[in-house]
Amino acid sequence: MTGMARETPAGDLRLANLTRRFGALSAVDDLSLTVGQGSFFALLGASGCGKTTTLRMIAGLEEPTSGRVLLGDRDITALRPYRRPVNTVFQSYALFPHLSVFENVAFGLRRRGIRPVDGEVTRMLSLVQLDGYGSRRPAQLSGGEQQRVALARALVNRPQVLLLDEPLGALDLTLRRRMQVELKRIQTEVGVTFVHVTHDQEEAITMADTVAVMNAGRIEQQGAPADIYEFPATAFVANFLGQSNLLAGEAAGVSGGDVVVTAQGARFSVPVGRARAERGPVQLGVRPEKLRLVGSADQVPQGHQHVTGVVTDASYLGVSTQYLLRTGWGAELSVFVANSGTSTPVPVGSTAAACWDPRHAFLLSASS
Amino acid sequence: MRLSRWLADRWLMIVALLVLGYLALPVLVVAALSFNRPSSRLSYDFGEFTVDNWRQPCATSEMCDAMLRSVQIGFLATVVATVLGTLMAFALVRHRFRGRSGINVLVFLPMATPEVVLGTSLLALFVAAGVPQGFWTIVVAHVMFCVSFVVVTVKARLAGMDRRLEEAAMDLYANEWQTFRRVTLPLVLPGIVAAALLSFSLSFDDFIVTNFTAGTTVTFPMYVWGAAQRGIPPQVNVIGTAMFVVALLLVGISSLGRRPTR
Repeated sequence: MTGMARETPAGDLRLANLTRRFGALSAVDDLSLTVGQGSFFALLGASGCGKTTTLRMIAGLEEPTSGRVLLGDRDITALRPYRRPVNTVFQSYALFPHLSVFENVAFGLRRRGIRPVDGEVTRMLSLVQLDGYGSRRPAQLSGGEQQRVALARALVNRPQVLLLDEPLGALDLTLRRRMQVELKRIQTEVGVTFVHVTHDQEEAITMADTVAVMNAGRIEQQGAPADIYEFPATAFVANFLGQSNLLAGEAAGVSGGDVVVTAQGARFSVPVGRARAERGPVQLGVRPEKLRLVGSADQVPQGHQHVTGVVTDASYLGVSTQYLLRTGWGAELSVFVANSGTSTPVPVGSTAAACWDPRHAFLLSASS
Repeated sequence: MRLSRWLADRWLMIVALLVLGYLALPVLVVAALSFNRPSSRLSYDFGEFTVDNWRQPCATSEMCDAMLRSVQIGFLATVVATVLGTLMAFALVRHRFRGRSGINVLVFLPMATPEVVLGTSLLALFVAAGVPQGFWTIVVAHVMFCVSFVVVTVKARLAGMDRRLEEAAMDLYANEWQTFRRVTLPLVLPGIVAAALLSFSLSFDDFIVTNFTAGTTVTFPMYVWGAAQRGIPPQVNVIGTAMFVVALLLVGISSLGRRPTR
């Protein structure tokens, strides 16, 4: 076990055509991805999308039906969990209730025959700000403290990859925010590759360098959080990561650097660089905060495109107000107006136009 | 007025104390009688205070032989039943196999069957098989009913255990054996210890099944039963009190052992 080359950087974590079937159901379906060494990678998806199964296959707790898990050049697919330089922070923490905090953290070191453990454990407990908690039992700790013990217990082994299975799910909102910052700080400090599984899109966006959005056992899109948010690849991503207004239409090819789209009898255009399809049935998307609300079509600024309708609802959200605009053909558009004090509230029931800069729109293939 | 208020606040406590006192009464009587020099053949005829019974608990050698035999049987039955029952509990909780639910029902049967029925059928079995009744048939019979209690006790403990703890251990470089040794066993151990203690006390004081399967062998409960016809020697009370004190000590030690270690 001590022969494991922990100090040498392992290189990237690569999953190659990873598949896991449970009976007829494919929990993970031909999944391939590369996690750069030292990066903070988030696997984002709804429950049941296969993200936890993927994580368990990396940890070795689940055997893939086919495909490979590679760490640098090393194939670790067939290795038992205790032979992998990978550690996990479990969703429920899974702290050993019969052991003290100190012994929980020392567990991995002791199993590998590393001695003495005192210095390492104390240093790790202070990294997660639990100095002096060593003699307590897990049951005597709060949720946030338990979470940090779980983190220390995994990190003390200096794994090449740290897996986090919704580690913040059980915490209340304030604590979750604090732990998000904390986790990010620790990750920068230790420089270990973090693979973080979560269903919380905000958590994924704020913490990760790279986000992969998973749906039905496959990765829908992967990239930097801002890139995915600004230019989603599929309708699923457009709605899972934030909200999107999607208009069904027909693309009619490129004209002057723009893709021309006909939707509900009106013509719109989207720059070619922001279109995932140039012909055929498409969905035109605009984020709610990219829309502006004006009184009528005449007030639409030059170069903007618009849709008119009736305001059916206005909900005050604090930083912004969300308006719902019902269009002539029955679709409802969501518009976020920042409560910056410069705009006047639009009364419910009045007609209005929602307009946007075409450079902020995106075009998706309707089949996606 | 004040008294009724006082009663209203404490009636539950008072009733609980009365019930506890009632439960402890026989033990206290036995303890008191162990210091008695009976004025007649009946050990409960109070003569005078003495510590002679405690000085010579084995004055009646038959009694001490029976006592020793019961301890031996209890020990053997406990060891065998605890090992078998624990293995069964692991198999029933951890594995899915054919006949699993059937076994779950079968395990319950010895607990649900009246002891008289159990005893007669065992006797019939031993006679039919030509096995001479004695020490070993008692052990076999005791193992049989103790196993059920062990399985039920250990199963409950195992079922309440989070499988992820074992996964976490494996994730933290513990191989299968180390995972069992460091995580599974310590967490299940209280259940196993409880099952063993239960087995021992079930075996030690069993009379009915033992009576059917003992042949000419005499265990402690059988000795006491026989002696009751003639006049119980006061030393029986000494043994009873000593057993009670030992049990109390065991409980005390186990609750001390639950303190956190570093």
